[in-house]
Amino acid sequence: MKAIAKKYQPYVWVAAFGVATITSFALGFDPGKTVFTNFRVSLLEMISFVPFLFIIIGLFDVWVPKEQIQKHLGPESGIKGMFLVVLLAMLQAGPLYGAFPVAYVLYKKGTSVRNIFIYLGAFSSMKIPMLGIEIGYMGVEFTLARTLISLPLFIGIGLMLEKYLEGKSFEVMNPGEKSPAPSKLRPVEEKR
Amino acid sequence: MSSNAVIFISVASVLSAVSFILDRQKTIAGFKKGWQMFRKLLLPFLNILIVVSIAIYLIPPSAIDEYLGAGSGIGGFFIAAIVGSVAFIPPFISYPIAAGLLQQGASYAVVATLMTTLIMVGIVTLPLEIQYFGRRAAVARNILNFFAAIIIGLAIGVIL
Repeated sequence: MKAIAKKYQPYVWVAAFGVATITSFALGFDPGKTVFTNFRVSLLEMISFVPFLFIIIGLFDVWVPKEQIQKHLGPESGIKGMFLVVLLAMLQAGPLYGAFPVAYVLYKKGTSVRNIFIYLGAFSSMKIPMLGIEIGYMGVEFTLARTLISLPLFIGIGLMLEKYLEGKSFEVMNPGEKSPAPSKLRPVEEKR
Repeated sequence: MSSNAVIFISVASVLSAVSFILDRQKTIAGFKKGWQMFRKLLLPFLNILIVVSIAIYLIPPSAIDEYLGAGSGIGGFFIAAIVGSVAFIPPFISYPIAAGLLQQGASYAVVATLMTTLIMVGIVTLPLEIQYFGRRAAVARNILNFFAAIIIGLAIGVIL
């Protein structure tokens, strides 16, 4: 009984949402219908690109050798590494949660902690497809100002986080496995 | 279909085709890796989407206009920072909203703070972020980004 409860526990919210939605439609409860419409829109948006993102990530994982990444984005990579990781982030699209699995793969390949967080910063605010739309709505001035002010700030955040996490057994993990990324390039530190 | 999807589908197709021509087995191994990662994420994704759809219902656009629009002053600035941190609105949708706010007389500082907290701070996705980076790093990143976003908002307000 306990085992069954544990197995299905992660699905509780999805199941509750499903039941609430069906009930809403059966009883004509408008808020429930609206919430479902919102859900459908974001689900379709997610389905329209996230699976393809994972195809790209999977291929990246098999094709790009760890040594290359470590050489160009690793702890010794310096300014050039920062530049490359910003460029890599700019070439992508989608919401920030799409960057987490990419960060996991980059980390697994030997990217430094600093560059992981610079990647997240650049991903959140400098993606080229997003900049295009931003220019369209907000104008070149706004977009340029926002980008130029953001860049040094998230490089600073990357440096601060690297310092802060040093010696604190930081690892990028792959959810579901609950185990740290297998990184043979770093000495394994003791858990707290 | 969004331009987002078109970009991803085209890039994924071209890469898969090239990869398949170069090495069939590696390509299949890559697909499997991608699929495994996607499958593990599906449930957290669904949960986030459920929370988001409820939040969008509870916070109507008219309320956002009222509290961030013209004459909201310093209060509007703080509301923008907090709403932006909590809300989960993709940039593609948030830009038209921001442009509308500007037209209604909201200041650049307020709008820029809303935009930057929206894209840099994610309270709703924090549980997912913790699964990847651990509690310590995820929380620290969000706090640092929150202050960075406020600095960016204020700086844009001064410049424009």
